[in-house]
Amino acid sequence: MNPARIYTLVRISGGNDVAGSMLGGGSGTSDVIVDLPSELNRRVTWTDLEVSRSGLIVRDVPLVTVGGGIGSFALIDSLRIGGVSVAAVAAVGTDECPWDSITRLARASQLGDDDRLRSDSSSTPGNIWGFPSYALREAWKRRSLAPVVNVLTEPIITDFWTPRLSQVMDEMRREADRINWWAVFDRGRVELIRERDEGGYFILVRRCDTDTRVVYRSRWVHVAVGYSAIRMLPDLQSYRERTGDAERVVNAYESHDHVYESLARRPGSVLVRGSGVVASRILERLIDDRDEKGLDTRVHHLFRTYVGGSRGPSIMLRRPGADGWANQAFNWPKSCWGGELKQRLERLDPEGRMELLGVLGGTTTPPRKSWQDQLVRAREGGWYQELIGTVVDVRPSGDGRVSTNIIDHDGAKSELVSDFVIDCTGLEPAIESHPLFADMLAHAGIERNPLGRLDVTESFEVLGARSGDGRIYASGAATLGGPYAAVDSFQGLQYAALRIADDLAEQGFGHRIGVRRSLRQWVRWVRDRPPEPAGRNEAVAP
Amino acid sequence: MTPTLSGRIQTRLALTLTVGVVVTLMVTPFLPYNTYFSRTRHQALPGAYLITFASLGLVAAVGVVWELIYHGLQQLRWDKDWPSPLGILTGLNESIVVYVMIRWFGPRPHWTGMPPSAFLLHFYAVWLAVFFTANGPMRVLLIRWRYRGGRIV
Repeated sequence: MNPARIYTLVRISGGNDVAGSMLGGGSGTSDVIVDLPSELNRRVTWTDLEVSRSGLIVRDVPLVTVGGGIGSFALIDSLRIGGVSVAAVAAVGTDECPWDSITRLARASQLGDDDRLRSDSSSTPGNIWGFPSYALREAWKRRSLAPVVNVLTEPIITDFWTPRLSQVMDEMRREADRINWWAVFDRGRVELIRERDEGGYFILVRRCDTDTRVVYRSRWVHVAVGYSAIRMLPDLQSYRERTGDAERVVNAYESHDHVYESLARRPGSVLVRGSGVVASRILERLIDDRDEKGLDTRVHHLFRTYVGGSRGPSIMLRRPGADGWANQAFNWPKSCWGGELKQRLERLDPEGRMELLGVLGGTTTPPRKSWQDQLVRAREGGWYQELIGTVVDVRPSGDGRVSTNIIDHDGAKSELVSDFVIDCTGLEPAIESHPLFADMLAHAGIERNPLGRLDVTESFEVLGARSGDGRIYASGAATLGGPYAAVDSFQGLQYAALRIADDLAEQGFGHRIGVRRSLRQWVRWVRDRPPEPAGRNEAVAP
Repeated sequence: MTPTLSGRIQTRLALTLTVGVVVTLMVTPFLPYNTYFSRTRHQALPGAYLITFASLGLVAAVGVVWELIYHGLQQLRWDKDWPSPLGILTGLNESIVVYVMIRWFGPRPHWTGMPPSAFLLHFYAVWLAVFFTANGPMRVLLIRWRYRGGRIV
């Protein structure tokens, strides 16, 4: 089934999507959304002559990365460390900083700067080596051995140590300054990517500050635009459309502080839907508020699939689970980043990959002891109730609240009335709902993998997109379903960046980061010195 | 780093042959051994090196067998990872086996006058150095190593 048809889209406000304003309105084809001179608009391939006649400003930059988020940042970081100069690359995105989008989503889902992410200690987007790890640095800063002891005993004796959002942001800011990201970054919205008749690509950008257009002429394009939208459950979206009520029914990734404020003023009930890490965090917030402010919030938690214990096709492949939740420290099994499961996935054919991804994927939450203890207490207190079933419909109740009609697995129906419903189910992964991808699918001849996302090689090159000697690369959520599972994570983005940088080095763009360069550059990172200027032999593309 | 089987074996061999050799060269002269059979510590040193290098060789060779066992155990884990506590525990079983083998098959320790404490000091010096190199500096020297399950070639 096509995921885009199941879910309805809600725009991520100010997200780092490249053409967010088109969401929900545009038909997805370039002819409609961009008011270009008609001779350019009609053509799939542009020539230098046509572009210069159009009067658009042209900038020649060998590589442009589209998105401007952490995916773009990771690639620029790898390339700069590989000796590529700031003049040879550009990054385009609508957010001011690469970490804006993740910070916005984290804050909406109730993660403050001092809260800990679901990320490994050595997944360090501001340091391509992953050493020293966040735990070591926190230990050094706090003059405490506790983080190190935690890392050495996790996850058997302690829960996984994970970094605070602020630590990740601070380090990225330092790295952005060090590699001079700000000279590379051009704040704007990418409207189109078109093949250039003479090889390479044209990237049409509308700048945010001046609202003027510029065309980049590049040999390589990297696309890392993240998720196109927040995904709302269809019954909740339908409720919102019918009633216009976005107060009582909210998505956890939207700003929804009014829910907690209202519950603090007057006792109320909340229905939480979903069983991933966001649901865990929302429950924690609700329970913390009860504890700290002495509230009487009642929580109902609806599981569509209740995981009662370990599950999997064989004893060798069984994910732990309990009390409704599938437990997993990170969003993929740990060896997907660089161990056995990564290797296994690489070696499989597309069908085999789909099958394995089906087993390894799914909604999970980290089994943190503090969360589990809270829920035990909540169950005992009788103010947290688990429900299992699917939702038939959601409508306003007679007393101005929200009524959810549920049918359980035995076919029994029930009605639940709550003051608020919080949808914790996720972000929109379908690539065709992103205008840029929709346009690329229609015009660039790019291929899709069996999961419907971009078909990429092990070097993250998008298949079917070559233009002369030009290539398009992609990283992030849009590439799931290919040779690498953990694409949508800090370290996954860094891995993709490294593979792309290696592939570019083979084509003469930058150096491959070998032992000597790696060590030398790491020392520069430690001393907070900029990467070395381009070497004499650096081949910069035309 | 979450190891694959080939990554485990490669990393173990590479680190025992580099870090292990350096640590052995540095540590051996300072180990406690008596000079019963030699007139001076200086004269006893070659015998001590014989023991420590034999033990290092066993750490590498027997280690390959251990890695097969660890790999098997790792399969029982959903994440297919090998957390630090397990890595730390392996020092225990490995030290016992290597010590027993040295006593039974190696150069007779009493020839050089090396007590068990000397063996243990050497073993854990090597073991800790290898553990900490694998948990940090390796990522700096070989930037792709952690994505390849510890494979070097």
